[in-house]
Amino acid sequence: MSEFLYLYRSADRGGSPEQLQQRMQKWMAWMKELGAKGHIKDQGQPLERAGKLVKGKQKTVTDGPFAEAKDVVGGYTLVEARDLEQAVELSKGCPIFEADEGTVEVRPVMKMNM
Amino acid sequence: MELSDHLFRREAGRMVATLTRIFGVCNLALAEDVVQDAFCRALEVWKFRGVPENPSAWLMATAKNRALDVLRRERTARIFAPELGRLLESEWTLAPVVEELFAANAIKDDQMRMMFSCCHPRLPEEAQVALILHILCGFSVDEIASAFVSSHAATEKRITRAKKVLAQSKKLFDIAASADFSARLPAVHVAVYLLFNEGYHGASAESAVRGELCLEAIRLAALLLEHPLAATRTTHALGALMCLNAARLPARVDASGNLNQLFDQDRSLWDRELAGKGLKLLDLAASGTELSEYHVEAAIASIHAAAPRVQDTDWNAIVSLYDTLMTIRPSPIVALNRAIAIGQREGPERGLEEIRAITNPDRLGKYPFYHAALGEFEFRRGSQPMARQHFQKALALARNPMERHFLHQRIAACEC
Repeated sequence: MSEFLYLYRSADRGGSPEQLQQRMQKWMAWMKELGAKGHIKDQGQPLERAGKLVKGKQKTVTDGPFAEAKDVVGGYTLVEARDLEQAVELSKGCPIFEADEGTVEVRPVMKMNM
Repeated sequence: MELSDHLFRREAGRMVATLTRIFGVCNLALAEDVVQDAFCRALEVWKFRGVPENPSAWLMATAKNRALDVLRRERTARIFAPELGRLLESEWTLAPVVEELFAANAIKDDQMRMMFSCCHPRLPEEAQVALILHILCGFSVDEIASAFVSSHAATEKRITRAKKVLAQSKKLFDIAASADFSARLPAVHVAVYLLFNEGYHGASAESAVRGELCLEAIRLAALLLEHPLAATRTTHALGALMCLNAARLPARVDASGNLNQLFDQDRSLWDRELAGKGLKLLDLAASGTELSEYHVEAAIASIHAAAPRVQDTDWNAIVSLYDTLMTIRPSPIVALNRAIAIGQREGPERGLEEIRAITNPDRLGKYPFYHAALGEFEFRRGSQPMARQHFQKALALARNPMERHFLHQRIAACEC
């Protein structure tokens, strides 16, 4: 088994209370299913959408990313899968794809002993 | 931890009501933004960490913190609730005041205040109902449009206009002013009643939506019953009538989505618990001297509830209740129902006679069940071709696939 990081991005914050609740229930069902099959190493954490960006030799601090930006990482999960192919397959069940421009970035975690 | 059904929708109403109390009715849109924000935050956090022990409290606390942020950030730029005056201006009083406003009892009062504010005399009744559904029951424009079989654009326009009227009213309705309260209460009753009827008889094809509207109406009535000034005999009667009628909902539409008339329903499917609750409310409603149309309608529903089989129905009592209803709130629909009850008691000929005797039946002509009732009585007295014609007319006016299906079946029966 290898480890993979899922990075979730979506800008979709709309929907009626009922739709949001349904979306929530789909997320929980998906996470639960991944967990039941032994694929979850760490459920991960949500990330605040706004923070600070520290950059360059001058260590300039700016605001960002911005909450409205579409490419903000909203959270991550650490999963275990046979290979990248399986990790990608598993990610396809994520309800984020129902949101506008929702993406899951699947990144293999480098192995230490290589 | 599982989320209970419609939790978000319910909480939306509670949160908007409380936030509007804090921000002032002119900032209704801001309150709605804060609520949306709280839900999005819940979605983001809960999907990783699971649903908290008490999701309602979590949402409320999130809304409260957001409210404090907004008040601190914008108190110089915006005018918030004039009712709260300077209490929100000073950092000393801000947090304790907001804390108090988020107490459980305060939230109940906020919902009441909002319900009364939505029944603004400048708003037409349909707009009041749409506004209540939107603000207090957390339905989106699309969900309301689908429940009322109306277009998105028309519903949005209606709600936007209604919100404007509400926001311009400067202050939320003062539920402590007892004279105003009693004066506005009948309008609130009407709105809740219309909401219930929309669910019960409404035009929406989706049976799920309809049942939910009925439950929302019952929930709002329960809220009224918890408030000392609102818990009048008439409110009890309204609650009774809704519980007793809603108790029949499980048998009204069968598993394949077919509409069953009262006469053909499998009465074992009726919700006994809800009916029992309705009867209790009716007892309480009847303990005074008030007699409203809700009392009479509840009494009619209670007689149906008491009959284990349709042939056990006390039609005498029902006819006399419709007579009473015709004196306190006459309408062509009441007259039609009275005629149907007489037909049940005295046979189809008499039923037809009574239907034909209805004065100014013009409006009834557009009502599919007027023609269906004529068809039913013609059918029973054996004149199938006449019955068929009436059912055809009803079919042309039917408002949803369920009604159409039902009428197709009746037409087919005429040809046997």
